[in-house]
Amino acid sequence: MNYHWNWAIFLEQVPSGETSYGIWLLQGLQWTLSLSLTAWLLALLLGITMGILRTLPQRGWRWIGGGYIELFRNIPLLVQLFLWYFVLPELLPLSWGNAIKRWHPLAQQFFAAWLCLGCFTAARIAEQVRAGIQALPSGQQQAGLALGLTLAQTYRYVLMPAVLRLILPPLTSEFLNIFKNSAVATTIGLIELSHQAQQLVDYTAQPYEAFIAVTLLYVLINAIIMVLMRRVESKVAMRLTTA
Amino acid sequence: MNYALLIGIWWALMLPYAVIAGESTTTLEKIRHSGTITLGHRESSIPFSYYDDQQRVIGYSHDIMMKVVAAVQSELKLERLETRMMPVTSANRITLVQNGTIDLECGSTTNNLERQKQVAFSNSLFIVSTRLLTRRDSGISDFADLAGKNVVTTAGTTSERLLRRMNEDKKMVMNIISAKDHGESFLTLETGRAVAFMMDDALLYGELAKAKNPALWTVTGTPQSHEAYGCMMRRDDPDFKRVVDGAIAQLMQSEAMVPLYTKWFLQPVPPKGLNLNFPLSPEIKQLFQTPNDRAFD
Repeated sequence: MNYHWNWAIFLEQVPSGETSYGIWLLQGLQWTLSLSLTAWLLALLLGITMGILRTLPQRGWRWIGGGYIELFRNIPLLVQLFLWYFVLPELLPLSWGNAIKRWHPLAQQFFAAWLCLGCFTAARIAEQVRAGIQALPSGQQQAGLALGLTLAQTYRYVLMPAVLRLILPPLTSEFLNIFKNSAVATTIGLIELSHQAQQLVDYTAQPYEAFIAVTLLYVLINAIIMVLMRRVESKVAMRLTTA
Repeated sequence: MNYALLIGIWWALMLPYAVIAGESTTTLEKIRHSGTITLGHRESSIPFSYYDDQQRVIGYSHDIMMKVVAAVQSELKLERLETRMMPVTSANRITLVQNGTIDLECGSTTNNLERQKQVAFSNSLFIVSTRLLTRRDSGISDFADLAGKNVVTTAGTTSERLLRRMNEDKKMVMNIISAKDHGESFLTLETGRAVAFMMDDALLYGELAKAKNPALWTVTGTPQSHEAYGCMMRRDDPDFKRVVDGAIAQLMQSEAMVPLYTKWFLQPVPPKGLNLNFPLSPEIKQLFQTPNDRAFD
């Protein structure tokens, strides 16, 4: 089969003439990065909170944490995205829904994708936090309470510093996942990296160059994160010594 | 870790070459050898190629495609020819034809010069104009009314291109939403996220026919372009193209063509039994008389 390789395609101007195809991809990269990084912050905050709730002695809190995790872990990511983007504005009071729909379309898409990725990843982080807390010997919590710390102080000063170090490796892989998962935002039209790749294919009919370039950009993002997280891991590692 | 990464990059780079290298015979030989032809179809391009309520592929382009398949079978003198159906989207159809996954795609694919660099097109099946679908009470009657508004179109279509160029050339500050498929574009319009949906007029009539309340909607606006739909196949395969073109030309010049048009455009069609009422245009009439594979741009 005859495929016309043309790597210079990234230097060519897009039809509307304002920029080149290469810059298009980089603009997509920007959206992927800003979406993933902000969603990661939401996921960390929400995930750690829900994970802690899941391990509290009070049954009500445990139910809230557990319910959250089950809900967001058991619905496919793509379905969640459609719920946030298409269904949420219809469920809100009419005036709120209309207000959302009057935003700039990119803002609507970004907001839906941000909530979706953040909440989905939070459920996974929450499970890791719960597992981390339960992996600590129960004596640690008892010792904290026996010393006269409140439950909140025990979590803050005794449990969580150890837990967060303990779960750093699985957190790294969640961090990598959020970048890859951000590609679902293409289905609601957010112009992130994989969306730009598809556009490039539509405009230039050069699918292989476009997808190879995008693959490399994703690999690059993830390689950088892996290197950074390895550093963090070795910096904060617990020096476990046996007595 | 560094080695693993390098190997990963190597795979990412080599895979497409491997896929391309695997494909060398002509399409007719491939079909004869395997006894199978793989056809690409659309899922929601009403009434060209889409699923009915039992998830069977139906449509105007699909009927023509089946005629082509019959012609291929008699050309190869095969007793049995197995047809395999593969759903494609606006975004992946060209790649799937190029890499040999599908042999022929008849849906609602525009034949244009850009695409001719990568794939070949058969004699045209249909000619459409790109226009707007909007609510009757939206106050929008032509493209100039869209300035400063949200407008939706389907990703990977010629309309998307035209709309972006118009936005740039005329400084219209439209917000252009690119939805995944025609169904989602219409959903975007119906939920009020966009005031108008730009697409090929025949497809707009198709979406209108699917609406909860079709009377609310109207197709309007000066046509921005004419587009010829064609079946897509691999480039530089003259034997296969000759068979496909011959079958289409024969059908178009036969008695069966006007009834076929009437069946899909002037009579109620599944899934909801609505009538598109899309009259036979002079351009299409001309095409039926003199079948050709010319692109409009």
